[in-house]
Amino acid sequence: MTRLAPPHVDPTAALARFAATAPADVVYAFVDSPVGRLLAAGTERGLACLGYEDVRGGSDPLLERLASELSPRMLHAPARLDDVRRELDEYFEGRRTAFELPLDFALTRPFARKILQATAGIPFGATSTYGKVAADAGSPGAARAAGGALGSNPIPIVVPCHRVLASNGTLHGYTGGLERKRHLLELEGVLTRSM
Amino acid sequence: MTPPPFQRLLDAHATDVLRFLVGAVGRNDAEDAFQETLLSALRAYPSLEHADNLRAWLFTIAHRKATDVHRARARRPVPVGVVEDRPAPEPDDGADWELVRGLPPRQRAVLTLRYAADLPHKDIAAILGCSEDASRRAAADGLNTLRKELVP
Repeated sequence: MTRLAPPHVDPTAALARFAATAPADVVYAFVDSPVGRLLAAGTERGLACLGYEDVRGGSDPLLERLASELSPRMLHAPARLDDVRRELDEYFEGRRTAFELPLDFALTRPFARKILQATAGIPFGATSTYGKVAADAGSPGAARAAGGALGSNPIPIVVPCHRVLASNGTLHGYTGGLERKRHLLELEGVLTRSM
Repeated sequence: MTPPPFQRLLDAHATDVLRFLVGAVGRNDAEDAFQETLLSALRAYPSLEHADNLRAWLFTIAHRKATDVHRARARRPVPVGVVEDRPAPEPDDGADWELVRGLPPRQRAVLTLRYAADLPHKDIAAILGCSEDASRRAAADGLNTLRKELVP
């Protein structure tokens, strides 16, 4: 039966139609930026994850973590993350100093969530310290724990953990590597290229 | 244990699901059946019990949707002597799949799952709820009928 060959199909358009409206719990897309490709993932509540693609083993482990911690009902749906892409583009082009994206802190535990919410209040071009952020979050003296919470910030850039420095003014650490922290602080005019 | 991201299923199997549906119901109805298959699969996904063979699970749903299309067609009254109501001929689909669609339900299902979607008889048997032998027999019977129709 040589003539019973599989029909020729291209599911691209049908899959795009499905992804545009299907009731997924998590939609995700890849976003290019001057600090590298990011994996953006959102729920119906808002942006839950903005991961640097090249840290912690790439996007596959991150997608699996999202499946187990949020929901496996995940779809690659770039059109549903247009707002995220647009606000990030504007930020990196120097046309946006504050993000208006709704956020979902579902990937964080209560203490980290408080630290990240305090961090979200640090304005563009300003910096804080781990101790100050801990105090702002209602846990004075918890600078070290605040550093840990910020180190696992699931929504970097938008929750600006890069604006948190050590009390002596050094960069200390960053979830995507110090080079990226420096890049973001230069973009915001906190650091100059000569530093 | 959490099943993998749903998208991974689509990346791995969506092309074959669409091939199966085009073979099973024709191009005109395949798109709707495809959307309904994916929607049902996504809705059922977190609570699925057959995570060991997601491909067969997905095709079980696609097969159900294809069966729905055939049942709906059978219920639709066929106007006598009105040839204009026939759907337009389907492009680059080959005459054979149209003949397959005219076979009895099990033969039709086995041949489309086997030759349009490339599923092994073991999976086809699980999808149709029959034995592997019955699946092979239905395939052989269907192919015999096709040979007679193709070589008059």
